[in-house]
Amino acid sequence: MRTFNFLAMNKNKIGREIPKNIEGIGELEPYSGAWKKLKKGWMDELTSPPPNKAKMPHADKVCDTLEEAIEKSNPKDGMTVSFHHHMRNGENILVRSIDILAKMGIKNITLASSSLNESHNPIIKYLEDGTITRIWTSGIRGKLGQAISSGVMDLPITIHSHGGRVRAIHTGKISIDLAIIAASAADEEGNATGSTGKSAFGSLGYAHIDSQYAKQVMVVTDDLVDYPCYPLSIKQIYVDFVVKVDSIGDSSKIASGTTRITKSPMDLRIAKLGADVIENSGFFNEGFSFQVGAGGASLAVAKFIREKMKRKNIKGSFLLGGVTSYGVDMLNEGLFKTIFDVQSFDAAVSTSLYNNKNHIEISAGHYASPFNCGCVTNKLDIVVLGALEIDLDFNVNVITGANGEVRGASGGHSDTASGAQLTVVVCPSFRGRISTINKRVQTVVTPGETVDVLVTERGICVNPMKPELEESLKKAGLNIKKIEDLQQEVEKIVGKAKEVKYSDKIVGLVEYRDGTIVDVIRQVIEE
Amino acid sequence: MKLIKKAQAGSFESSDILILASPVEEGEGRDIQIESGVFMQYGETIEKLIHQVLDQFEVNDVQLQIHDKGAIEPVILARMETVMQRALEMQKGTMY
Repeated sequence: MRTFNFLAMNKNKIGREIPKNIEGIGELEPYSGAWKKLKKGWMDELTSPPPNKAKMPHADKVCDTLEEAIEKSNPKDGMTVSFHHHMRNGENILVRSIDILAKMGIKNITLASSSLNESHNPIIKYLEDGTITRIWTSGIRGKLGQAISSGVMDLPITIHSHGGRVRAIHTGKISIDLAIIAASAADEEGNATGSTGKSAFGSLGYAHIDSQYAKQVMVVTDDLVDYPCYPLSIKQIYVDFVVKVDSIGDSSKIASGTTRITKSPMDLRIAKLGADVIENSGFFNEGFSFQVGAGGASLAVAKFIREKMKRKNIKGSFLLGGVTSYGVDMLNEGLFKTIFDVQSFDAAVSTSLYNNKNHIEISAGHYASPFNCGCVTNKLDIVVLGALEIDLDFNVNVITGANGEVRGASGGHSDTASGAQLTVVVCPSFRGRISTINKRVQTVVTPGETVDVLVTERGICVNPMKPELEESLKKAGLNIKKIEDLQQEVEKIVGKAKEVKYSDKIVGLVEYRDGTIVDVIRQVIEE
Repeated sequence: MKLIKKAQAGSFESSDILILASPVEEGEGRDIQIESGVFMQYGETIEKLIHQVLDQFEVNDVQLQIHDKGAIEPVILARMETVMQRALEMQKGTMY
């Protein structure tokens, strides 16, 4: 193991210590404010050109096995391989591909998956043996997160947002040698979609950028259909190889039923308060646009907003983001005109995406990249987000758990918070004795200057930067508290927790969407 | 006081604590096993609280198996008190 000696640190705008330079990664730019770099109107970093390619007419792209295709791509030590996470826990192409690369003796791989989850635990052995030495991802969960937090890798991983990933690929910070794109249907030229086929998973939004920038692109499908395959989520002009496999994953985990609204009385209470906040915020107007998270209290806010929209006869413009069947129901009821879908969460969504012209697949760049002429999150009026923790400055942690281990995802959290006119964070004031409101969050993913209001069952806190919002919520009779008071109140109930012990070793860098470093994650010391 | 029988209190639900108490031979002392999702943060305070209730009931010889799912202190105290009352047959309950 190498030891790290950081000679110099910078303090970023929110007071986090960021190393100036990390050997093997390079110089790090400290976070300087949510919109500071955007105000310029361009990005200082150069964009790297997409690769030049050519194919002879009627050339054959189809390979019989994943092994054959990977061998043909001529993998090399030090390569970057990319994947998407649209199949969530049902995905099995990533692990199979890394298995093949490891068997070929490829070392020093950079893994650039749009996210990682518990189905990827088998790659831990490749972190230990040097097959994988660098990781870019939006999130990590399970044993993989624990392994990384315990310091299994020499180089820190980089956590990016969904929009930030697109930026990093544009600038060549993530320079993909081989993109392996699983699709539930594809044709022999590589036109591919996730919206049909036996393993349909919906939008392929995160993979668009990989297909355009990777030096080689491989589409892997378990449903090779007659040419042409459409809708054209992935286009043949970018695709080098097409692989037919028996299965791209466990479809019961990929495409399972519909998402249900929580029955937890606590979550429903928080959600109702969240909807009341939205109703009285001044942004709940005809033609408003809306995004909610897919879980717990966050999704439940949609239930109450749906009722309020019907009662007040308000129609919205678009629903954005990770889309659940609940959003599809609202589209079908005519409550919203459009869904922009970068990621689909259940089977019903894939069907809607395929059949309904008002349900539109968008790429991650179109969704959230900060460096283009305006992503859709910039048009967002209201977003409702969850949090593992929030601090007195309204900074939100969605990446490290109470024990300090990596167990979450940045996702679109900071992208939407930065874009939306009203960013509402909903979470219980404590979960299983762990306070969610702390003096200082362990890891900042979304800076407080982009968060407007926190809604808990015990009270609502408005960011002091938004006094008008606080005024109108007070007028509506909502229970507004100072975040400092709420933090104290919760601490009295749960007791003062012993703090997590960290070593000096940095195991993760948290990139803000503009590429600056908003925080670092340190190795947890087990007692 | 000496435990008369095995007893349990609490549940496996989140924010609750499940405590199983078993009598042991006199002089064996307090054998306390704690499993908790928040052991890192609150392990010491949980242990202190458990001893406090055992002292209250003057129980010196006992085996306790504790599964904590993030119970706050009043819940821990309540479950501990109940399990002691049951094990000491100070309270007739339905769960043994």
